[in-house]
Amino acid sequence: MADVKKIATRESYGNALAELAAEYPNLVVLDADLAGATKTATFKKVCPERFIDCGIAEANMIGVAAGLSACGMIPFASSFAMFAAGRAFEQIRNSVGYPHNNVKIGATHAGISVGEDGATHQCCEDIALMRTIPGMVIINPADDVEAKAAVRAAIEHVGPVYLRFGRMAVPVVNDAETYKFELGKGITLRDGKDITVVATGLMVAEAIEAGELLAKEGIDARIINIHTIKPLDEELICKAARETGKIITIEEHSVIGGLGSAVCDAVSANCPVPVVKMGVQDVFGHSGPGGDLITEFGLRAANIVETAKKMLNK
Amino acid sequence: MNQTLKKELSLAACKIRMGAIEGVHCAKSGHPGGSLSAADIIAYLYFKEMNIDPQDPKKEDRDRFVLSKGHIAPALYAALANRGYFPVEELKTLRKIGSRLQGHPDMKKIPGVDMSTGSLGQGISAACGMAKAGKLMNKDYRVYTVLGDGEIQEGQVWEASMFAGHNKLDNLCVIVDNNGLQIDGNIADVCSPYPIDEKFKSFNFHVINIDGHNFDEIEAAFEEAKTVKGQPTAIIAKTVKGKGVSFMENKASWHGTAPNDEQYEIAMAELNQALAELEA
Repeated sequence: MADVKKIATRESYGNALAELAAEYPNLVVLDADLAGATKTATFKKVCPERFIDCGIAEANMIGVAAGLSACGMIPFASSFAMFAAGRAFEQIRNSVGYPHNNVKIGATHAGISVGEDGATHQCCEDIALMRTIPGMVIINPADDVEAKAAVRAAIEHVGPVYLRFGRMAVPVVNDAETYKFELGKGITLRDGKDITVVATGLMVAEAIEAGELLAKEGIDARIINIHTIKPLDEELICKAARETGKIITIEEHSVIGGLGSAVCDAVSANCPVPVVKMGVQDVFGHSGPGGDLITEFGLRAANIVETAKKMLNK
Repeated sequence: MNQTLKKELSLAACKIRMGAIEGVHCAKSGHPGGSLSAADIIAYLYFKEMNIDPQDPKKEDRDRFVLSKGHIAPALYAALANRGYFPVEELKTLRKIGSRLQGHPDMKKIPGVDMSTGSLGQGISAACGMAKAGKLMNKDYRVYTVLGDGEIQEGQVWEASMFAGHNKLDNLCVIVDNNGLQIDGNIADVCSPYPIDEKFKSFNFHVINIDGHNFDEIEAAFEEAKTVKGQPTAIIAKTVKGKGVSFMENKASWHGTAPNDEQYEIAMAELNQALAELEA
């Protein structure tokens, strides 16, 4: 994919906020001293009067966002996933989730692809944490096109939304001209009957590649992009389970509580089939280049191919 | 303060105390001590100070109130009921299944509740957000939030205070209900937050120390707060936990314990007596 355009979804987040500033006069962006990294600085540049730097105080930032929303504004509270979903979990639960306040949480630097900063900053638990909050919408976009569409969808949705973005530049896999984002609806990127690969976030590009590699080996894999992890498109997942009989899930997140768990919840209740969960296997990450870590943790197309063949006894 | 207003506010405060005791007794659980210590402050806010309309609880330009020490919901509910937001009779449903009156305030269920609170330290942040929204939207409403003196042990309170001072939120007024007691005992013994006034001063607050049961001082403080420009105000109100019910006064054990039937009768007799004296 050397010739494919690459952009980090955090860049898309900042760009989308900046583009929406004029259209939504009640849009307000908060950050906790990471505007340069979360890319909310892009919004600040075009709309400094509606940018609030809360300093290194994420718990308070979430509470301030709740107060702003209670007075009719649409706040996007931004930090690294670790400090948004992690540190401020209880504030998100009690000041945002429980009262169903219209707060959007823009969490960047999710997963192990954060890279060199190491395990303290590599949040592989955020999807699991956010899934437990009733009424929380969780969106994990795959690329620039999807990320920008997700930010708009988050504004248009009334209620709390957790948006998950990455630090590393990732291939643009969607066509900006034809792409349509529908909250809570998965996208079948490749039809297939032998096995289904359900991917989210930056794993979608790997899954697409895996689909092509599997096809060369005569395996017809269905590839599904789940950008909205909650509410999950159970209909699409269960249809795939019934029609292909086997599922692989892949996410840059712990296999405990994330996309894989959500898919298991859906199929075990409706149409039980074998599911193999690919992701971070209940271990902490460590320092190193983000891309190398993805490879080390076995989250490449080749690993999907290997897993699929094993499940199909090929 | 003129005598007519003082009498009105004293009556309102007494009714808030009676409503709180009624609710906690019916629920057989809840927090009477702090409800009684903050009753006079809450009475002043709801019956004198705040620009609010019980017929239009969501009025856009209303003043906002956030009960950061959400566990004294019985006092807030009693104030709202007596102010006409819902029937006083409903206070008896406190904490019961099917009731709107949750153990801690729920903005989605109860008319007049501007923010759901209960987890200590979070309300003041929401109040900061409301005050900041007022600034951003050029609204002239004011935001009031009542904190416990034990609550200010929460680090988030100081994150919020730094934010309020830095953002010059002069439309924000923080009231600390300084009754000196928390669940485990005297706040000075558990993990002292003193000096409270100096702490808020250092976060760029305008600070006013008052007797939280003296309506002249309460009025003077809230009037002064409205004249302050460029910084938020913190009113440190020295209060008595359990104020108005003799056997509850200054006892940490009444933080989160409901009176039994006998204690309830004594408490209500004392408050009825106080009410009768005020009405005489």
